[in-house]
Amino acid sequence: MTEAGVIAGWIAPGARVLDLGCGDGRLLRHLWETKQAPGYGVEIDDAHVLECIRNDVNVLQMDLEDGLAAFADRSFDCVILSETLQAIHRQEPLLRDMLRVGREAVVSFPNFGYWKARIQIALAGHMPVSKELPYQWYDTPNVHHCTLVDFEALCAKVGIRILERVVLRDGGPVSVLPNLLGSRAIYRCCPG
Amino acid sequence: MIVQAQKASFTEPLRLRSGAVLPAYELAYETYGKLNAARSNAVLVCHALNASHHVAGTYAGEPDNVGWWDNLVGPGKPLDTDRFFVIGNNYLGSCFGSTGPASPNPATGKPWGADFPVVTVEDWVAAQARLADHLGIERFAAVMGGSLGAMQALQWTLSYPGRVRHAIVIAATPRLSAQNIAFNEVARQAIMTDPDFHGGHYYEKGVVPVRGLRIARMIGHITYLSDDAMMEKFGRVLRGKDGPGFDFDVDFEIESYLRYQGDKFATYFDANTYLRITKALDYYDPAADYGGDLSAAFARAGADFLVVSFTSDWRFTSQRSREIVRALLDNKRVVSYLENDAPQGHDAFLLEDPRYHGALRAYFGNIPL
Repeated sequence: MTEAGVIAGWIAPGARVLDLGCGDGRLLRHLWETKQAPGYGVEIDDAHVLECIRNDVNVLQMDLEDGLAAFADRSFDCVILSETLQAIHRQEPLLRDMLRVGREAVVSFPNFGYWKARIQIALAGHMPVSKELPYQWYDTPNVHHCTLVDFEALCAKVGIRILERVVLRDGGPVSVLPNLLGSRAIYRCCPG
Repeated sequence: MIVQAQKASFTEPLRLRSGAVLPAYELAYETYGKLNAARSNAVLVCHALNASHHVAGTYAGEPDNVGWWDNLVGPGKPLDTDRFFVIGNNYLGSCFGSTGPASPNPATGKPWGADFPVVTVEDWVAAQARLADHLGIERFAAVMGGSLGAMQALQWTLSYPGRVRHAIVIAATPRLSAQNIAFNEVARQAIMTDPDFHGGHYYEKGVVPVRGLRIARMIGHITYLSDDAMMEKFGRVLRGKDGPGFDFDVDFEIESYLRYQGDKFATYFDANTYLRITKALDYYDPAADYGGDLSAAFARAGADFLVVSFTSDWRFTSQRSREIVRALLDNKRVVSYLENDAPQGHDAFLLEDPRYHGALRAYFGNIPL
């Protein structure tokens, strides 16, 4: 079970999608190929923007920290924030903006509550470094890590309704003690 | 690449946006590469204020006369003339080959001068469409331009939405700001108040409003460069002096540079043309007929779009390009947007930046023929 597969399962055929922090555009490419969903990516990094253009994916070079003023209310069926939440400085206004622009939002992030991360802090006494969290603390694009519990609390505060949640570890779903045993979480949300 | 300028003559009168009619006219153009059998590989390159149809290559025996976008257009270059048939067209009203104010007015046999009509971006595009007909091109693979050229690319998608597959819109604005118009007006005033202007009929007097042209060019040049780029290039370096001269001769390098640019420009550019292109810039505003709503204006736009802006461009800022992107998104158009942080200002569109040129190369590479 891959994240792209989970997200594709939530996207209706032909849906208009906006992928924030789209990297080289592979998720958009996947959604186009599997769901014929036309999409745009937003990306700030020059190299990624170039890869998107090479991959024939619509890309808009913009800074997410500036908000989503380029997009009209309800102009997308789904706004995706995949593996980008933890690299944003101000999550709350961005989440609000996502659900202004999209009818639904998909958010995925590495779970900082995963037991291996907890052990690295609790026992080894250092910031976690793993497959999901590959960066050293002093050299990382990530600024705000969170756990499933943290994210769900933020959703409650902002007034976001969680429609579905899939928690993964090593490509398989986790249903027992997800905040402890899951290394990655993917949420489907809508305005509350 | 050795190239040759060509001319096409049109005898069917062209009704202009102003209501005036141009009875007959010539368009200067150049072509690079070969039109394929399906006629599906043609790309029109539109030029900006002081450029011409000489986009790429050199003329035989003139190795220094290199086309103005030669770093982008040619064999193996981002717009690859081994794959595409590229056309450079000189707009109507120019002084570089197409019919303009210095051309003979058929009614009098004398140069048009002040009587040459005011031409607009829409008029240029209408004339270019006739050139496309003349060359047997029903639909362009792409129309591309920077600055004033970008306005023509935009207008193509509005005037002839079925005739453009891709529009590449670089360092653009959907309308001039009051500040942009103000700079243009200062330039026009410089020309029109020059005693050698003679109300635009200076050809028959055998003079050129050199002073006005110089100042117009100096003003323009200031707006093409960013503050940082100008500081980087000239700083406060004095010109051949150890200290201030306490007079009004050249002190700083930047003064010398502007004077040089102004002098050079006045030797080759026509004042009546300058007045007309600044007006074409000022008048361009496709949203005007839609109560200022650019999204409504672009509802009829054909083509897929690549929009490129430069963050150091204070003449046509990135915000203006984002307005174009927003209007295209509102109409569910296929669009990509590159916001390049090259430091040079508006002129960055003419320079070689690997990210900017890389993006254009990738974009053209994905255009099916």
